[in-house]
Amino acid sequence: MMKKLNMALAAAALIGAAGTAPALARDEIRIVGSSTVYPFSTVVAERFGKTTAFKTPVVESTGTGGGFKLFCSGAGENTPDISNASRAIKSSEIELCATNGVTEIVEVKVGYDGIVVANAKGANHFEFSTRDLFLALAKDIPDENGNLTPNTAKTWKDINPALPAMKIEVLGPPPTSGTRDAFAELAMESGCKSFAWIKDLKKSDKSKYKAICHSIREDGAYIEAGENDNLIVQKLVANENALGIFGFSFLDQNSDKVQASTINGTEATFDNIADGSYAVSRPLFFYVKKAHVGVISGLEEFVLAFIADEATGEDGYLADRGLIPMSADEHAAQAAKVRNFEPLTH
Amino acid sequence: MTDQAYPPNLVTDAVPGVRKRHGKEIRFRLLGLSAILASLGFLVFFVASIVITGYGAFVKTVVLVDVDLSQEALGLEAGYTSTDLEDVSYRTVVRGAIRGMFADVSGRSARRELTGLLGAGAEFELKDIVLKNPELVGSQQSFWMTASDDFDLFNKGGAKEETATQLTPQQKDWYRGLLRDGRVKTAFNADFLTASDSRDPELAGVWGAIKGSFFALGICLLLSFTVGVLAAIYLEEFAPKNRWTSFLEVNINNLAAVPSITYGLLGLAIFLGIFGLPRSASLVGGMVLALMTLPTIIISSRVALQAVPPSIREAALGIGASHIQAVFHHVVPLALPGMLTGTIIGMARALGETAPLLMIGMVAFIADAPSSVLDPASALPVQVYLWADSPERAFAEKTAGAILVLLAFLVLMNLAAVILRKRFEKRW
Repeated sequence: MMKKLNMALAAAALIGAAGTAPALARDEIRIVGSSTVYPFSTVVAERFGKTTAFKTPVVESTGTGGGFKLFCSGAGENTPDISNASRAIKSSEIELCATNGVTEIVEVKVGYDGIVVANAKGANHFEFSTRDLFLALAKDIPDENGNLTPNTAKTWKDINPALPAMKIEVLGPPPTSGTRDAFAELAMESGCKSFAWIKDLKKSDKSKYKAICHSIREDGAYIEAGENDNLIVQKLVANENALGIFGFSFLDQNSDKVQASTINGTEATFDNIADGSYAVSRPLFFYVKKAHVGVISGLEEFVLAFIADEATGEDGYLADRGLIPMSADEHAAQAAKVRNFEPLTH
Repeated sequence: MTDQAYPPNLVTDAVPGVRKRHGKEIRFRLLGLSAILASLGFLVFFVASIVITGYGAFVKTVVLVDVDLSQEALGLEAGYTSTDLEDVSYRTVVRGAIRGMFADVSGRSARRELTGLLGAGAEFELKDIVLKNPELVGSQQSFWMTASDDFDLFNKGGAKEETATQLTPQQKDWYRGLLRDGRVKTAFNADFLTASDSRDPELAGVWGAIKGSFFALGICLLLSFTVGVLAAIYLEEFAPKNRWTSFLEVNINNLAAVPSITYGLLGLAIFLGIFGLPRSASLVGGMVLALMTLPTIIISSRVALQAVPPSIREAALGIGASHIQAVFHHVVPLALPGMLTGTIIGMARALGETAPLLMIGMVAFIADAPSSVLDPASALPVQVYLWADSPERAFAEKTAGAILVLLAFLVLMNLAAVILRKRFEKRW
């Protein structure tokens, strides 16, 4: 008896749910995308839910690429309204969006994030140039004559006599991570370009240039430590010889445990990242489907709450969470652009 | 007489062999014992480290704040109504209160540091108190209010200089002053169990995740138990034994070992893609988990059915029961405890899964607790995963606290399985 009843119930639940779900109007904003923007997006979402009559937006951390895949899968209630990104949208992603009927996308710049190279406090404090980082971590090392040899450097002293004779051991994010992309693009590439022939290669053979500059060695000197930055911090504390690559907000929260190395003579501080003098910093964005504005309740208000001075301004509450805000002028210009919901033109 | 019944050296010859055998036995026992001790050691280490870190999640630091609830301070005019009470800017009131306690503090950044002593939820705490007790308006009151996460860590960490880098020396001095005046204490943190996810560690709780897990497991139980048990009964009692059923059997056994993320992908493609069910809903989570638990339940139910002696079946058939009567009146009731045990163990596994939920969008920041199976929901292990990844230091203890809650549920479920087996299972 009981079982018959159970089965009937289950079947009813299934059929009922399948039948009614598409007709239900979604009343919360759906956000997907970068795990770097996630901590900021969620803070704005929570405040938005608390201070307005709208529901708290649901934020998923899918990674930048995964976010765009979902975002561009179509327009309509079953697709996300906003995609967070730790890099600008690629033209291939805009095309994907367009083929699925997502034509008008509004880009909103949130602020900046710095990527730091850090080690345990109390251990040797490093002063790197981006060239040092490239020579230590690249898969193949170029020489001045245009030849490539596999990277055999074992200690930091091997690549730069000014550095100590410590083993090269760097913990960093895996290839799926936006942080890794940004590190390759900003730190490795800048070091890579210090070779004159590679700089020329950029114009003649861009894919080869990228292959040389962005490839990270796989012989154990660079250790993929997963997407969890907290884990990297813990491993650094346990191993004084290791260095780690992670986002500035984790340095900020753990400044009693780890210290950041200087890069090209600049320290990884809030001010240096904000004014752009620190080399390894990148802008953070989110993208909004214009077609959903006015359809999904609260979407417009949420975007405006995000670009308000109170949130992303120089003294906004996101700055307390480790976001490096834009300068007042840049912020004002962004805000003015976003208020009109001008879509990207490509 | 040359009477030699036993060669004199037989016993002495045997002694080394016996000793060797005994030695082997002792060595094997010691090895077994050390294996147990090693695994117990790991378990103790694991649980102890989680309890030590997670304990902090269940207590919080509170500060005694003097609040001026006069009508002027609240900005209320004579003849105010309850809606006016709701519209009061409690943020301003709380800020005024804490500044009032340190009258000598001036300057913008110092004031900011001062308000950083109280948690982000202080204004909502005060609002709740005032709305519940409107008669307090017009009086001077002192309330214990939740401190900010950094302050909380500093206090719980024994106020050691090196533990709180987020606090300025000035803030540490204020803390010492408050402590001297007896205005700081630690209290039980009920919010951790009754609140939902928040990006402010001092406000974050597991209630939303518990509810999400409960909904998902409910759906999962409903689907997987009914389908699984019926499939097992059919396969064991009614299905003809041929190549086709043994092929099915092999497949079911294989399914039990498939990595769980595969079920998430399946759920994404079918439940979200084809059926168009809402993303992040615990309904879909439950359905995906049901797919994952089904093979476990089918296998354990079949084992339970096989354990019922054939004589019972035959006796029932012998006195004229039909096949279906013999199965449902006699065999299934005897096999039920075993089936339930298998189900509970399958459920316990489903409770601990995050991977299949990732694909269907349940790994998300969801601040509102779900009120139905169609609402966006997270689950307990998801909450652990999300907090472990958060930059704020105070989330470390929340993570361990959530693991403790999850472990408590797992222990309860497994205990239920053991009790069911002990009480109802028959042995032949």
